Amino acid sequence: MDVLDIARWQFGVTTVYHFLMVPLTIGLALLVAVMQTAWYRTGKPQYLKMTKFWGKLMLINFAMGVVTGIVQEFQFGMNWSAYSRFVGDVFGAPLAMEGLLAFFVESTFLGLWIFGWERLSKRVHLACIWAFSLATMASAYFILAANSWMQHPVGIEYVNGKPQLNSIWALLTNSTVLAAFPHTIAGCFAVAGTFLVGIAAWHLARKHRTSPSDDPDRKVWFASLRLGSWVGLVAFAAVALTGDLQSKLMFEQQPMKMAAAEALCHTEKPAGFSVFAYGDVQRADCESVKSITVPALLSFLANGDFSSEVKGIEQLVGEYKTRYGANYPVDPRLGELSGKPIDYVPNLPVTYWGFRLMIGFGAIAAMAAALALWLTRRGRVPRSRWFAPVALLSIATPFLANSFGWIFTEMGRQPFVVVPNPTGVDGVWMYTAQAVSAGVTVGEALFSLIALTTVYGVLAVVEVFLLRRFVRAGVEGVMPPDRTPDSDALAFAY
Amino acid sequence: MDLPVIWFVIIALLWLGYLFLEGFDFGVGMLLPVLGRDETERRVLINTIGPVWDGNEVWLLVAAGATFAAFPGWYASLFSAAYLPLLFVLLALIGRGVAFEYRGKVDSPRWRRNWDRVIVIGSWVPALGVGLVLSTNVFGLPLDARGDRVGSAFAAFQWPALLGAVAVAGFALVHGAVFLSLKTDGEIRHRARSLALRVAPVALLPLVALLVLVQSREGFTWTLVPLMLALVAVVIALLRLRVGREGQAFAGLGIALALSVVTLFGALFPDVLPSTLDVANSLTVRNAASSPYTLGVMSWVALFGTPAVLVYQGWTYWVFRKRISTAHIPPVHVP
Ligand code: HDD
Ligand code: HEM
Ligand code: HEM
Repeated sequence: MDVLDIARWQFGVTTVYHFLMVPLTIGLALLVAVMQTAWYRTGKPQYLKMTKFWGKLMLINFAMGVVTGIVQEFQFGMNWSAYSRFVGDVFGAPLAMEGLLAFFVESTFLGLWIFGWERLSKRVHLACIWAFSLATMASAYFILAANSWMQHPVGIEYVNGKPQLNSIWALLTNSTVLAAFPHTIAGCFAVAGTFLVGIAAWHLARKHRTSPSDDPDRKVWFASLRLGSWVGLVAFAAVALTGDLQSKLMFEQQPMKMAAAEALCHTEKPAGFSVFAYGDVQRADCESVKSITVPALLSFLANGDFSSEVKGIEQLVGEYKTRYGANYPVDPRLGELSGKPIDYVPNLPVTYWGFRLMIGFGAIAAMAAALALWLTRRGRVPRSRWFAPVALLSIATPFLANSFGWIFTEMGRQPFVVVPNPTGVDGVWMYTAQAVSAGVTVGEALFSLIALTTVYGVLAVVEVFLLRRFVRAGVEGVMPPDRTPDSDALAFAY
Repeated sequence: MDLPVIWFVIIALLWLGYLFLEGFDFGVGMLLPVLGRDETERRVLINTIGPVWDGNEVWLLVAAGATFAAFPGWYASLFSAAYLPLLFVLLALIGRGVAFEYRGKVDSPRWRRNWDRVIVIGSWVPALGVGLVLSTNVFGLPLDARGDRVGSAFAAFQWPALLGAVAVAGFALVHGAVFLSLKTDGEIRHRARSLALRVAPVALLPLVALLVLVQSREGFTWTLVPLMLALVAVVIALLRLRVGREGQAFAGLGIALALSVVTLFGALFPDVLPSTLDVANSLTVRNAASSPYTLGVMSWVALFGTPAVLVYQGWTYWVFRKRISTAHIPPVHVP
């Protein structure tokens, strides 16, 4: 193992982990703001109960989102210092803007919301959760703009061997981020919607069995279930629409990623969309892969008509070699790779299956949401025994879809860390192998990977344990039934 | 002044904001087992910083992010060269943030006792770590011509930097105690005050020693001025504390900190990260800065963003300005 492998593993582990918390925070933040607005407008107690219950789960999750985010911010400098030096002029700006314009708002207004229940007027208190929710999305925008720039560098010129920003506007309106942002945010709402559906269905079913008629909180769970399933369904539609936009951009901007997503070896015209492959999805036995294909669908996904040519891996490898070079530069820092041929093909099993699992798990979540809507039509309470466990299990699926989406996106751009823009400024790209910190020792990097993974593992257990406790306890767990409002006692105090 | 110099100053200010704000909330965490004699008292202590600690921590993120944007080379070299201390800071901050949020969520003494330990460790380690990294930044690291560290993973752990670690932790301890005497009521308030009085003369010594060392090794004539004023501010703060003027003592400590930061960053300038191997390898305000365009964009962002942050963070402190005592702590209600 060298520092490069370790650093990649660490980035993968810590970011995927961070992105388990992120979508739940982003999704729940807005839904809780909506619930609290409903309470503010109507004064109905069930909306207050919803706000408190889902708000508590959001807070338990938020804490983990924050602490895992700090690692991300530091990691670029610690493990990827060559990358940071190369792109800093461009990449640092959105990161700093995220901190100054989003994280400050997020942390401050969430503090006000948690502790402000009886200190602030209802209106101002409501405004705090809205500010928080908007800030979570703003932070997503900035970080996705940074990430999109790595996928598709724009707004730059090439000076002294480095990209230099010449238009922040171009960076913030990169076509890649304009598609990735709605896609990712919709993915966040798929998570939050399914989360509501699963937990609310379980509560309805449980109360249904013990005390059939008089559950004081039935309204809470029913409203949550309906809200969650609508959100989940709409989110899936949005994810599919924006995903289609992304495919078209990918076709232009990262043709190799497109081919890798399909394990498409030979150029095809029209190209079919592979639904399921059997055999070994490796380049070596490209010929041996059989797959079930929908004719011409890939051409449509890529370019909007059913007859376009989609380039296959073999042709692209040739083109990449002519354009970007056949061998790595001779540089002792590249270690074993120095002067070796560049492998332009991403890890095919990962990209091929990553793409399919993203869509597949998302589709399962959407079906669960649709089912929930059907079972609760016209105010019915679901009676079947099997629905609650199914809904509960489906909570995991959009989380998985998100993780696979990221794994696909990030692994699909290998061997580049900054992918060359085919129509952009010449010379601006960077291989992942060149990006890693040269001064860092294997010992340090390995210690860091092990320490972070261990701590994350332990904290995952703790978070799930706490979420479970609060989920089971339901509304009573977050609202003392007989509490006399006392303006002196601290609300929601630690 | 041109943009790189302005950004050097902005980054110094961000560190100042961070050390000032998270300084006292680290202090509160360090003092948790000392001043909090029972569960209710410990909850009083934690709730004094409850609404604000996360906002305070963002100053660190923005200091790092601004360094990345304005001086990519500085960010890259410092963060990779000071790898281990930063890793410990990260691990500690992870534990600490989670501990605040989770310790009250289960009603069990064992659960709380364990998280309390995490808070204490999670407050000492980052204070020490940040102190170490900042002072090692002033004294320099063994960097080669490309800005990468040569030599061992422990290059940052030199004794002058270790002094810096203790200096920041000592300051945080005193700052936290004085903060508590301002934010609490009843018996804790008196205990916090007398503790501050007792430990301050000792706990602030490393800071003074650090400043003198920096001045003698790296300083300029002009940095003597903020150094002297910092010493005066420390003495005044101690005297005001003695006569029971906690607010003035708190402000005095803040001023002392500000002047210390001026001394440290003044001594650093025009380098941003000196190399101990060869001056030619040192990163400077000139050779590590981003392009004028990027710095210009960032300046506009800072010009509008920073006042807004100061206003709404200030507002938070105002909203939660009341002193807290054991009487304010509601009974535990968790599943
Ligand atoms: C699409 C959204 C998204 C993505 C791709 C990332 N994050 Fe994140 N991050 C958020 C969305 C978010 C958030 C919603 O704003 C969080 C999650 C939960 C939370 O507390 O805020 C957050 C928290 C968070 C924090 C703590 C903020 C605080 O103290 O309040 C930091 C420092 C980062 N992130 C940094 C990063 C970096 C450097 C990333 C890139 C590798 C990254 N995040 C990926
Ligand atoms: C805007 C935010 C992001 C940036 C700037 C970013 C940047 C990077 C960088 C620098 C690497 C290391 C180089 C490499 O191995 O390719 C990387 C790898 C990786 N990232 Fe991202 N990333 C971002 C978001 C995410 C998110 C949110 C996820 C998933 C949840 C993710 C998943 C991964 C994975 C799985 C790898 C490992 C790839 C590999 O091993 O080849 N990334 N990313
Ligand atoms: C119909 C279904 C979908 C299509 C056609 C689709 C398409 C895509 C494409 C083409 C990318 C890669 C973008 C790039 O690398 O340039 C992507 C990435 C991603 N997808 Fe999907 N997707 C779908 C469903 C989903 C679902 C259901 C989720 C999650 C709930 C999801 C979450 C993600 C995430 C998090 C990324 C990485 C971030 C990004 O690049 O936006 N996707 N998707």
